[in-house]
Amino acid sequence: MTESYAPRTVTRTRTRAARVRRLPGGITLRYSARAVTVAAVLLLACLATALLGLFTGTYRIGGWQVLDALTGSGSGADRFIVVDQRLPRICAALLVGACLGLSGALFQSLARNPLASPDVIGFTTGSTSGALTVILAGGAGTGVGVGTGAVAGGLATAVVVYALTAPRGVSGNRLVLAGIAVGAMLAAFNSFLITRADLESAESAKAWTFGSLNAITWTQVVPLLVALPVLAAAALAAGRPLRMMEMGDDTAGALGVNVQRVRATSLLLGVALAAGATAVAGPIGFLALAAPQLARRVTRGPGITPGSAMLVGALILAVADATAQRVLAPFQIPVGLVTGALGGLYLLGLLWREKRNGG
Amino acid sequence: MSLSKDRDRAVAHISPARPPERGSGRLARRRLLVLTGCLVLVAGLVLVSLAVGSRTVPLETVWSVLLHDDGSPEALIVWRLRVPRTALAVVVGAALALAGTVMQAITRNPLAEPGLVGVNAGASLAVVIAVAAFQVTEVSGYIWFALVGAILAALLVHTLAAGSARSHQHTRLVLAGAALSASLGACTGILTMFNSTAFDSYRFWVVGSLQNRGIDVLVAVAPFVAAGTVIALLLGPALNALALGDETGRALGLRVSWVRAAGFCAVMLLCGAATAAAGPLAFVGLAVPHALRLLLGPDHRWLLAYALPAGAVLLLMSDIIGRIVAPPGELEVGIVTAFLGAPVLVWFIVRRRRTAL
Repeated sequence: MTESYAPRTVTRTRTRAARVRRLPGGITLRYSARAVTVAAVLLLACLATALLGLFTGTYRIGGWQVLDALTGSGSGADRFIVVDQRLPRICAALLVGACLGLSGALFQSLARNPLASPDVIGFTTGSTSGALTVILAGGAGTGVGVGTGAVAGGLATAVVVYALTAPRGVSGNRLVLAGIAVGAMLAAFNSFLITRADLESAESAKAWTFGSLNAITWTQVVPLLVALPVLAAAALAAGRPLRMMEMGDDTAGALGVNVQRVRATSLLLGVALAAGATAVAGPIGFLALAAPQLARRVTRGPGITPGSAMLVGALILAVADATAQRVLAPFQIPVGLVTGALGGLYLLGLLWREKRNGG
Repeated sequence: MSLSKDRDRAVAHISPARPPERGSGRLARRRLLVLTGCLVLVAGLVLVSLAVGSRTVPLETVWSVLLHDDGSPEALIVWRLRVPRTALAVVVGAALALAGTVMQAITRNPLAEPGLVGVNAGASLAVVIAVAAFQVTEVSGYIWFALVGAILAALLVHTLAAGSARSHQHTRLVLAGAALSASLGACTGILTMFNSTAFDSYRFWVVGSLQNRGIDVLVAVAPFVAAGTVIALLLGPALNALALGDETGRALGLRVSWVRAAGFCAVMLLCGAATAAAGPLAFVGLAVPHALRLLLGPDHRWLLAYALPAGAVLLLMSDIIGRIVAPPGELEVGIVTAFLGAPVLVWFIVRRRRTAL
């Protein structure tokens, strides 16, 4: 969508200025100082949250014992808590958050719409349908079966939406609209399942749809740990042509971007990232929408930046998960609810500040 | 008709210096004719809706008891159950479609649905609080809670989004709406996790249904819908100018912030009232404006006028189908609207090479 930057460019030129550094071998690096600082701060914050999660918890373990457990010595119980409980959970929070932030950034660039996220092509609704069918048919509330059902449902929906729009050439708007239409049908199907189930199954199904990192194990985390660097590298490589496409398909085409190929690639990447996140944690809503917008406001960049969106996503989910574990302990709130509350409030706060500054 | 031509025509309407194009009178007549057709369709569906249900009343009987309430069981069914329900379907459907058209115009975002001003999340939270804290169990008991929740949430979104910001206003509106909806949704989620009774009532309310709503519900929401409709219909020409962009709109003499505030007010009244009466029916407000834009082009005066009967048709048809498709039970209207409307929308999208967005 079109946005006008006219009144702001005048006042904020200094913060936007990109720096250029020539590296040996003819490579030129163009970066904005603020974006680099923000990225460093975000990384540090992620690390701090991870350490907090590793060293504290309901079960008290001293700092040295935690280090012992990490290096392989220490008592069996400590090792179990630290290496098999806390560590995978922290990794999962960071990875899933990064996946969702990046996926959201890709979709928002692609659709040129701040409301876009993997939800818009029906992915999230489709994965919920898949998981609900498994939960309500099989009666299981967690486990690999639900994750598989979710990913299968999500991918099937994405394929259907793509196939509906592809024959006449995929344009951003048509894709999004078809996604919304298909997503609405699936959402209706989901409500149908939830209203027809008995109260207990409905409650466990509902709990899954919020998204949660409870009872996470390494077997769920490792695939994501392997996949994320590959997908992220591919997404960052697609970032440059995507930013040109934000100026419109025609302009980007004139600048030498292969619009159709970039669109198909980033769509595939976005869906793959969302699928990985959903398989591990269930459909965590709002993060994919909020992270790119927050990143853009924090870096004061002119457009969506995949890298910082990824970091913001990881940080929000890690903080949200730490909160979800502690705030109403021993009761564990699904992390998706905390993400909604935290991300929502933070975004509201930023909007409020922008307004006060006359932005 | 070609869409670019229509866009030119929309421009022609707001710049009085340019004479209207030839043939536009014929087009207007055709649109008027189709609009009349829509109204006739609504009337027909109203009659069917009065007749069809778990106990079907023949059309002649419906007609005779409508003219003369003879106290027979059929008269009781028609007057007590079917008339309020049918009237509510018409009012809610029309209100949501109109709200959706205004919402997509003021945010200039085709993905915006009227609930995004915060009313759905606000109403949902209010209903859950009503059940959890005040032990309200009657559907008609929710309505004032839902209405107050919807309006409070919408006012909060507006405070955050509008005001001093000159640029980005339309983006800020949808972002503020989405952010507040997420926060309130999290509160609703936490409350329903702790309170099974609240969850049980909530899961049926949130689907969106017209079942068990008496005439009192209709009377309660009608003034809000009426006020919202008047505001929305008056906004037509201003929304046309706004569609050209904030700067161009301003250059054409539009007070952009005022138009947006008035539109917001209309959406809040229409969608808030509809949601309070029937629960959140997101799809109507999202899909009907799209379908109409694809059919009619971008002139908002026509879009707004058509939205009223089109929304009513979608909701009436869905409600009728929901009553007969799964005897002896019923399918909630919120479920049927999506299954009825989505294929139509997909068909429009797939058939068109270009979409007028």
